[in-house]
Amino acid sequence: MPDTSAYNAAAHDSVGLVKPSVMHFDQPLELECRRVLPAYDLIYETYGTLNADASNAVLICHALSGHHHAAGYHSAEDKRPGWWDSSIGPGKPIDTDRFFVVSLNNLGGCHGSTGPASINPETGQPWGPDFPMVTVKDWVNSQARLADRLGIQKWAAVIGGSLGGMQALQWSIDHPERVAHAAVIASASKLSAQNIAFNEVARQSILTDPNFHGGRYYLHDTYPRQGLILARMVGHITYLSDDAMRAKFGRDLRSGRFHFGFDVEFQVESYLRHQGETFSRNFDANTYLLMTKALDYFDPARDFDHSLERALAQATCPFLVVSFTSDWRFAPERSEEIVNALVAVGRDVSYAEVDTDKGHDAFLLDIPEYTRLFGAWMHRIASDLEADQREPQQREPRQ
Amino acid sequence: MSAAHTLPDTRGEALRTDLSLIREWIPDGARVLDLGCGEGQLLQNLRDTRNVQGYGLEIDQDNIAGCIRRGVNVIEQDIDEGLGNIADKRFDYVLMTQALQAVQRPDLVLAEMLRVGREAIVTFPNFGHWRVRGYLFFKGRMPVSRRLPYQWYDTPNIHLCTVNDFDTHCRKSGYRILDRLVLNNDHASGIGTRLWPNVFGEIAIYRVSC
Repeated sequence: MPDTSAYNAAAHDSVGLVKPSVMHFDQPLELECRRVLPAYDLIYETYGTLNADASNAVLICHALSGHHHAAGYHSAEDKRPGWWDSSIGPGKPIDTDRFFVVSLNNLGGCHGSTGPASINPETGQPWGPDFPMVTVKDWVNSQARLADRLGIQKWAAVIGGSLGGMQALQWSIDHPERVAHAAVIASASKLSAQNIAFNEVARQSILTDPNFHGGRYYLHDTYPRQGLILARMVGHITYLSDDAMRAKFGRDLRSGRFHFGFDVEFQVESYLRHQGETFSRNFDANTYLLMTKALDYFDPARDFDHSLERALAQATCPFLVVSFTSDWRFAPERSEEIVNALVAVGRDVSYAEVDTDKGHDAFLLDIPEYTRLFGAWMHRIASDLEADQREPQQREPRQ
Repeated sequence: MSAAHTLPDTRGEALRTDLSLIREWIPDGARVLDLGCGEGQLLQNLRDTRNVQGYGLEIDQDNIAGCIRRGVNVIEQDIDEGLGNIADKRFDYVLMTQALQAVQRPDLVLAEMLRVGREAIVTFPNFGHWRVRGYLFFKGRMPVSRRLPYQWYDTPNIHLCTVNDFDTHCRKSGYRILDRLVLNNDHASGIGTRLWPNVFGEIAIYRVSC
């Protein structure tokens, strides 16, 4: 990373400088685990302008390590923009000239929404391990309340990649009347045993770190740094493909020769350690534990006799499902399960499998074929919305 | 395999004659699957004029983007790998226009079409057309024409057949031919195509069931 600002005030395709807002909720939230969160905050950002009938709002759902800062910059000194700046902005697939975009940090997060590092009002101490287990269903319910407060009755689209795609699926099942379209990108309708296994390795590395202190590390003025680093290193391997790693690092050595020791020698080791360390400084260990459990628990078919078809029969909106050829964390077959279930119950769906060697992380990147498909789909939604804004009888025939 | 690559590009024109003839066979509200749907022109037309709920299968990225732009359901799937992900009789009509000759196993694709659909509608270029016969007879070379613009080495049309071949295949497989339209160069049906379809027909359109 060059040590220079990426922000450019003159850039036409950026939402520019943005400021997060915090919404406080006093109404207790009943959670799937049967516990109740008495009050909570949600931090969120918005980009673009809500139209008069609040019909152009788009909800962005974040993935495992994501947050509310999806696009633009918090300050002119920021080295990089929000995590999905490749897709959100003027003229980008999620076009902020046409849509009002809402992006929040989910409950249990560590970027400003109420989570394990927040103070538990009952004890005056950080929640730590006492923070209730939150699920995708709970997130969707909390997001629905945020929508209520923002005056959004129905989302023009609910969009997410990976764990975010799971939230989009859950929205379409739980609140079909509030979702006009859903985009489920690089996602799955439930984790496989292998997915859960990787999550468990990540959790164990945190739980067994001596600095974890049973999750109350805040009181010891420390954090399970080594555990978080390991968790992220393992996770990061699953986000990249074998081909992408070979192309990026191969067997390159940092110093050009073997040292016959256990220090960093191969470039890939250096990269993983760097990723892990950066992550460990910016992410809360308890949040990581919670988010991986939310992933593991996600299985909307469970409420419908384990029939994904019956679960998705609740949905009424058209779907866009996208997968990436080299994604082995949520392989194309996992997306196809969703598509097949939607076709079986007669729901509108388009599906593309984008050819790339970038692995699971591809959903965050500007891959021309992906950007074009996604952009075409969003453009269609915007055009239909804008046609509806005009007199219905003057509506132009479809293309 | 992609239908749009087997024939000259007809995008931007009004619905091709063969497509508008097919439309006449599709009743209101039918459930339709279009194999090799191109940019989704037929499905879009069926949706707007027949209230059809349809899906297209495609593997060409440009065509997939075209379908999405039209608001037509499109699913990236290779027909040569079968339709095993679709339940029996899920659709009323399964269409395949100008792609039969380009798939690996037309017989298996046809069988799959009739498994997932009540009826199959297929169009293909008739290799028994007099011009094709003449080309091969007089020039002694693989026929190249407006309909079949490729050389023998680069053609995607790997399983060309004649009207008689298709009739025979349907009879042997126990398929019922519910309708057959054979069109000449001008996309019309005349005395020649009626009396001697295997010689004067350039495009064949079949509606079959099993």
